[in-house]
Amino acid sequence: MYIPSAYDIGNILLACNMAQGEIVAGCLAPHPPHLVYAENPEQNEPVAEGGWEQLRWGYERLRESLKDVDYDAIVILSPHWQTYVGTHFLGLENFQSLSVDPVFPNLFRYHYDMNVDVDLAKQIHDKAHSAGLAVKMMTNPDFRVDYGTITTGHMFRPEWDKPLVVISSNRSRAYYSVEVMQEMMVELGRVTREAIIESGKKVVVLASNSLSHRHFTTESEIPEDMSKEHITSHAMHLWDMRIIDYMKTGQCQRIIDEMPEFTEQAIAETDGGAFTWLLSTLEVPKYPAILHGYGTIIGTGNAIVEWPVYRYKEA
Amino acid sequence: MSAGEIVESFVVPVHPHTVLAPDLNEGWGKLRQAYDDAAQIIKDSEADLLIIYSTTWPSIIGHQLISDPNPEWVMVDHDFHELGSIHYSFNIDAEFAALWDAESKARGLQSRCVNYRGFPIDVGSVVALTLLNPDNKIPAVIVSSNVYADRSETTVLAKACKEIVRKTGRKAVAITAMSLSNRMFTEHIEPENDRIHSLKDDEWNQKILEFLSAGRLEDVGQLSRTIQQQIRVQKVVNFKPMWWLSAMNDNRNDLTGKVLAYEAIHGAGCAVVNLNPAHSGFGDKEYDEDDVEVFSGERGVLDTINTVETDQSDGPALWEPTEAEGSVNTNSAPKPVGAYPHARKVGDLLYLSGVGPRQPGTNEIPGGPIHDSNGNALNYDIKAQTQAVVDNIARILEEAGSSINNVLDVTSFLIDMDRDFKGYNEVWAETLGKVGPTRTTLAIRALPTPIAVEMKVIASI
Ligand SMILES: [Fe+2]
Repeated sequence: MYIPSAYDIGNILLACNMAQGEIVAGCLAPHPPHLVYAENPEQNEPVAEGGWEQLRWGYERLRESLKDVDYDAIVILSPHWQTYVGTHFLGLENFQSLSVDPVFPNLFRYHYDMNVDVDLAKQIHDKAHSAGLAVKMMTNPDFRVDYGTITTGHMFRPEWDKPLVVISSNRSRAYYSVEVMQEMMVELGRVTREAIIESGKKVVVLASNSLSHRHFTTESEIPEDMSKEHITSHAMHLWDMRIIDYMKTGQCQRIIDEMPEFTEQAIAETDGGAFTWLLSTLEVPKYPAILHGYGTIIGTGNAIVEWPVYRYKEA
Repeated sequence: MSAGEIVESFVVPVHPHTVLAPDLNEGWGKLRQAYDDAAQIIKDSEADLLIIYSTTWPSIIGHQLISDPNPEWVMVDHDFHELGSIHYSFNIDAEFAALWDAESKARGLQSRCVNYRGFPIDVGSVVALTLLNPDNKIPAVIVSSNVYADRSETTVLAKACKEIVRKTGRKAVAITAMSLSNRMFTEHIEPENDRIHSLKDDEWNQKILEFLSAGRLEDVGQLSRTIQQQIRVQKVVNFKPMWWLSAMNDNRNDLTGKVLAYEAIHGAGCAVVNLNPAHSGFGDKEYDEDDVEVFSGERGVLDTINTVETDQSDGPALWEPTEAEGSVNTNSAPKPVGAYPHARKVGDLLYLSGVGPRQPGTNEIPGGPIHDSNGNALNYDIKAQTQAVVDNIARILEEAGSSINNVLDVTSFLIDMDRDFKGYNEVWAETLGKVGPTRTTLAIRALPTPIAVEMKVIASI
């Protein structure tokens, strides 16, 4: 009978650990606080009479679509943790506090309690550092997580039972240009993917941003009055439809190519880099994405889109 | 009570280093010392109100004002979290905020008060209030910087504020929390290596400070668009704080200015500058743009009922109110449609010309006009119109040194008694009904503009 030695057991464990991680799905998962408000979860203080159903049903379909897909962690990049000195990562195991949206405090005052996959965060951080990107771990326990992350986190998985990796939005667009932003985000996406594969974990990646992003400058008396909700202009609508069409037909490289014009002309929230980063983590997909929903929020265009990597991965 | 005034103005930097790490870098320490000196100047001025316009609080729906009397929380900077946390507990003048909010609205701006536990007060405001008001003795107000606002909107915001300062007799300090050049290093640097990001940024900063030290605030305001292009990372559409501060100082160019410190924080140009209203003898203002009192830009995107604007070519021409002994006129009431004043004072009594719901400046009609420019009937909201009439009356009375509480007698005119009496009566009950003047309501065929209600008022002073 063969009795494995301690050396053999060590090798077997190492082999298990070295099982490759993977990105099981990537999603465009925007964060208008209005959606959480309209859902009336117990964590949010204000009470709504519903509203923005097209988008909320879109999130329902997204959750349903991923219901049987197994994963260990969620990696999210939100444009509302804005950093100018490099890219930052939440670096403590748990964050709890009250998140009040500075722009729509009437709608979003959310009590959150979220866990962070610090190991995975650190792995992405280290890889990005090696690749020459400026990075920093955020380890101040008083730090308040931005409402974009919280909103996307809640709408994507209201149970909050999977740890997150939260990446800040480096404002290189503001400092340089969309082109420079994209270069950096393509690189960050690449190292994010590598780190995930090396981690051995199954991960969902989320870009938390709207498409066209011109807001109304007034708010109706009842924010959820849907008779007042529409896109701010026809031009914004055309841009959103163009980008959605590219996603649905697997032409993501064209999105990257047209990102400078789109970001500028549609004042798109893609300026925060999340969308480019997402496409890069997915190696700029050539297969069709699933559009789960599209709708406007106070005039801005929002799409909920899934790239079902699990369906297209090579056998 | 004497009329209120701005007793001092300041430009102050926004980053948390002056609070959390003044000892790590000589420049940061100098900025901290300048902040402390500014606090002493404020103390010596016996100011009773601090007004902060913060560039690190962007807003979308108009301007927002903190109106929580005692906001408390812990602030951690998004970028410089490793420096530590700032615990704050501020003394906010919620009443002033509410008055400013109302005055802004009356001048055509979108505005709202914010009073929610845990609202994240921005880093610039937290740093400025922590250091300028260390014992929290002086009540403060904080206003956001609207991302879409241009010069006229920002100027009207300041004028609304000044109006309330004047009316409430406050000795106020106007403060802008801002960087000059705002380009920071995009990588971590050791504190001892801090410097202004580029020579070009430094030269522009020096130029701005040269103007400010000469008290030429309005000149800097007029350079704002150039400054935005030259040394500002384009986070928002414009560099606005100098517009606000200049308007708070009557767009003057002859203030007494003093630069208390100018240093770098992580590459950004940071200065503490004091501007005192004493005349310095430099040039008078040479104002380059329309001196706006009310804002009439793009609004009402949401409301179909309100989007039909009164076409002036279609309605009667607007007149400047006439001036005669005892007449009372105000920019915060709609322009007359003939040669008459808003009100006239005789002894202890005030006689008001007929007041309708038209909005000062924009001439818009809350609740919508009763017909379009072709004379086609439109659906309108009588309650909104009636409320707007009452608000206009209140503003005229306040201008005359009286108030809505002193109304004695009202004659109301409705163009459609059957349709509108009920709604009109409801608003009356909630407003003038509580004051208790005598009232007569008449149905008439038409009013000169497309409105449904007008009131003729007599009040005491
Ligand atoms: Fe957003």
